[in-house]
Amino acid sequence: MRPDEVPQESSPLFDGQRKAVYVVNQDGHYQIAQSGGSEAEVTVTLEAVAWFAKLAEDAHQRALRGETSPLEYHMCRLRLDEPTLASATGVWRWRVRRHLTAKGFASLKPNQLERYADAMGLTVEQLKSLEKPTKLRA
Amino acid sequence: MSSPPATTERSKTAFQHRQSAHCESGVISSLLHHEGIPLSEAMVFGLSASLSFAYIPLVKINEMPLIAYRMIPRWILNGMRKRLHLPLRFEKFKSSAEGRKRLDELLAQGRPVGLQSSVFFLPYFPENMRFHFNAHNLIAYGREGNEYLISDPVFNGPTRCALADLQRARFVRGALAPKGLIYYIDGPVPKVDIVPLLRGAIKKNCVMMLHVPLPFVGCPGIRLLSRRVLKLPAQKDLAYTRRFIGHIVRMQEEIGTGGAGFRFLYAAFLQECAVLLNNPRLQELSLELTAIGDEWREFALHAARMSKGREDLDLPLLHGLLHDLANKETALYKTLKKAVDQ
Repeated sequence: MRPDEVPQESSPLFDGQRKAVYVVNQDGHYQIAQSGGSEAEVTVTLEAVAWFAKLAEDAHQRALRGETSPLEYHMCRLRLDEPTLASATGVWRWRVRRHLTAKGFASLKPNQLERYADAMGLTVEQLKSLEKPTKLRA
Repeated sequence: MSSPPATTERSKTAFQHRQSAHCESGVISSLLHHEGIPLSEAMVFGLSASLSFAYIPLVKINEMPLIAYRMIPRWILNGMRKRLHLPLRFEKFKSSAEGRKRLDELLAQGRPVGLQSSVFFLPYFPENMRFHFNAHNLIAYGREGNEYLISDPVFNGPTRCALADLQRARFVRGALAPKGLIYYIDGPVPKVDIVPLLRGAIKKNCVMMLHVPLPFVGCPGIRLLSRRVLKLPAQKDLAYTRRFIGHIVRMQEEIGTGGAGFRFLYAAFLQECAVLLNNPRLQELSLELTAIGDEWREFALHAARMSKGREDLDLPLLHGLLHDLANKETALYKTLKKAVDQ
């Protein structure tokens, strides 16, 4: 990669930041250049973000209808999935699966709720709420 | 905000932030610079023989297989400790309070401290880059009131992180849980001449890319992935196929790879070796690896566009590129091994 191939403009991905990349200058020597984010990188990362957002939106709709739990909504919103949530909380996966249902979630004891909330960086009230926060984390 | 007396005035002025392409190599390179040993990030990466490729279908992250372009986390740190006989001390903690206390103690002594943490819970990361990856590395070099002074090598400049946030990021549970891991250079660093170590490091990396008897590691791994790409439509739906090829690119181009899955970083290392070992052949091979890196970038661009739907899905094209890369890399490491054997 040559220095003139490095995107200068910081992408929405980097929030004004630029990252270090290795480029070969005219003399054939390696040097560090600052990249605003290549098309490939920006595209696939935003795709990954959008994928979780879509899952979250879907879960939100279903949760409003009472077909699933707020836990599923927050799990997707916070870019977690079932196995990641299980390992982050130390709860067995088959139990997580049960707690993700509306019925299973309703039967959670306060200490179990706290366990989920804590691992997800939420308060118990936030975990139970279906209000959409404006930021990823408050 | 209110600020109780700053405890680490000395280290704050002394520690220099250095931006790097990869977190782990950047952290150890910065720590070494602080000790007066100016080893570049590329040198650290190459000396610890950290270039790799792995495609492990059985290990899943968000339903996607593990694809890595470098060795496992802590490989660089451990490699440097061993090769340079570094007094690099690691500490993990059972409780987060204990972990915080120890970090504060070390910072009060004026030491910069390396930390392992989750990316997701670090508030200074842009939102779109925050995923649940728990083996990120950064440096804390001081504390002011309830904020830590942070030098995160993948960012432009030093930053700050609130105590509660850093605590959460250091003590997340799950895969690759950091358990509050801190590491720091404890005591004088012995003088080691790195030049005699270079040949061994290069050879080791070549062997790992060529001869590990596992089909999913090194160049055979790239070949395995190329075949997998071709088989996707028969086994999975279109949405999965698109996510899959996007995933390959993410692992390759996302922050912390220097672009092209660490290939440029290793090429920069070979260039340094060419000078140190007075071996012009290594300079040529560095340029060859650069060309391979550019081909990885080309692959990434096609794959990214296909994943987004901007380009028609053409899996044979991706297969061809990957297959070609596997062949070219195989040839390169064979030549490289010979070049340092003499």
